[in-house]
Amino acid sequence: MDKTVVGSGLLQRGRRAVTTGVASHRVWRLPADVDTDALAPGRWMKYGAEVIARHCLESLRPQFALQARPGDVIVAGANFGIGSSREQAASALVHLGIVAVVAPSYGGLFYRNAFNVGLPLLTCRDAEAIADGETVSFDLERGIVRCVADTSGQELAGPLFSCEPIPPFLLAMVRAGGLLPQLKRRLHGPLGDAAGR
Amino acid sequence: MSNPIATPPQTLAQKLIARASGLEHPRPGEFVTCRVDLAMCHDSGGPRRLKPMLAELGAPIWDRNRVVLVIDHYVPAEDEDARRIVRIARDWAREQALPHVYDSVGISHVVLPQCGHIRPGMLCVGGDSHASTAGAFGAYMLGVGSTEMVGVLVSGEIWVQVPQTVFMRWSGRLALGVSAKDMMLAMIGRFGVNVGHDHAIEYCGEAVSALSMNERMTLTNMSAELGAQVGLIAPDDETRTWLWQAGERDIELDWRSDEDAPGVRHNFDASTLAPQIALPHSPALARDVADIEPTAIQVAYIGGCTGAKLDDLRAAARVLAGYRIDPGVRLLVAPASTHERDVAEREGILRHLQESGASILAPSCGLCAGHGDGIPEDSTVISSIARNGKGRLGADSARVFLASPYTVAASALRGRITDPREVLWDGDVEVVH
Repeated sequence: MDKTVVGSGLLQRGRRAVTTGVASHRVWRLPADVDTDALAPGRWMKYGAEVIARHCLESLRPQFALQARPGDVIVAGANFGIGSSREQAASALVHLGIVAVVAPSYGGLFYRNAFNVGLPLLTCRDAEAIADGETVSFDLERGIVRCVADTSGQELAGPLFSCEPIPPFLLAMVRAGGLLPQLKRRLHGPLGDAAGR
Repeated sequence: MSNPIATPPQTLAQKLIARASGLEHPRPGEFVTCRVDLAMCHDSGGPRRLKPMLAELGAPIWDRNRVVLVIDHYVPAEDEDARRIVRIARDWAREQALPHVYDSVGISHVVLPQCGHIRPGMLCVGGDSHASTAGAFGAYMLGVGSTEMVGVLVSGEIWVQVPQTVFMRWSGRLALGVSAKDMMLAMIGRFGVNVGHDHAIEYCGEAVSALSMNERMTLTNMSAELGAQVGLIAPDDETRTWLWQAGERDIELDWRSDEDAPGVRHNFDASTLAPQIALPHSPALARDVADIEPTAIQVAYIGGCTGAKLDDLRAAARVLAGYRIDPGVRLLVAPASTHERDVAEREGILRHLQESGASILAPSCGLCAGHGDGIPEDSTVISSIARNGKGRLGADSARVFLASPYTVAASALRGRITDPREVLWDGDVEVVH
């Protein structure tokens, strides 16, 4: 796992001190308008997620699928995931271990699909200020993303970016691991795990 | 239905959600739960992905009469993988005793209304982004992924964020050789590919009312390319007539936005619209065909759910009847359904297209879903399909231009991208009929 714990001194620059260590994540920086054909190319759609994942983003970043490591995040320009309803666009990222996407806006179907498969999306107007290879931390509840290390790995008291709030029922879904585990619990588990709406 | 006196003016989108959610006045931005009238799955995002998830949940389908399965992506099966996917779909249809299955008869978005499954006032979900096509009939149809479809299949419900409406009002009349595809490309060129899922688009005005149902379907279909949650057109007599022919009776026509419903309003003049073309690799790179550099093409493709309906085939034939295409061009025509193909055959349209040099392909998603190897690497392609992201047609290095069937046909004729008005004139209508 490529997760490093960042010293709490750095994180105290936020509004409120963070007492526990926060996982940090290497950034894959992508342009605007990355569509579902780039994430899950049509000609690989007949195969399972593991095969599709190998071709994820190959037309834009041929080395992405080979080099992405569990814990990495994607930071992209506007309109990330526009196009098709194929949720493999999101599940290919999950398969490669991507733990979140940060972008100014998303394709509407991709937005639904990502939360359904347990991939949280942070909507951040200033996402494009984050550079490829930087390291960030994020907080879904508070809706913040922070640069914690530069491209050479040097700790950075980087800027803090605020994101649009994630609707509570989607946050609950992603905490449950996606819609399927949530449905399973609702159908078979103890009473009361409503979607939060 | 809500009481019109007690509620503030509402958009068509709000009224459709009000009916499906039981709320009197759903407010834009609000998340609401809607009952689903119909769920459409196809072989790609459908059974092969739904079956294992349903098994994991151990839950039955909430109402199989409301489920429609269309096998349109992997047919005709090109290899063993495709055969396996189609086999899973057929087996599942049998296991679940699904009453509504359409196998190899065309693309879902066209087959669904043709077979009488879409009526004004419905709220539907479809496992495909172009599900929004049903909006041409005054139905609210949301595209969803497979996991979300499983949620619908076990609960009969879906969450929706009540959208704000953007009214695209088109006055005037389209000129000869200009079509709904040009209107759509012009709008995408102006507003981009992502107006946002918190928006519904409603197309209105005299130019929209004058469109055939096929042409209206082009607008609502490509609402997906505008990035809207749905695209809607209020039903009218044209809707009723078309649905009547599809076997539908008791069509309610009182589904429309109130006069002073809230929303953003944009006005366009259809009469000054010139044929449009979107450059590689985004529908947003739209401009007048007349304004682009001379561009030689190797493949012209009329196909897909948005670009090969009957009226699209008629448009192509209107350009090509009696002529031969440029010898350097491969013209591929894949009718959107067997129905379109058969009617086109009866009207003599298919013969005109074939005699001009077109190859007629099977009525399925085909190349537009990345299947087959019809598109060579490094080629320049012009097509009537809905989107042209890199690799959409299977070849990453291909440059795909999007245009109307008129423009695709005119370009096939000349071997380079051509404004169809250069090759069309008013007097040749009778050639195709």
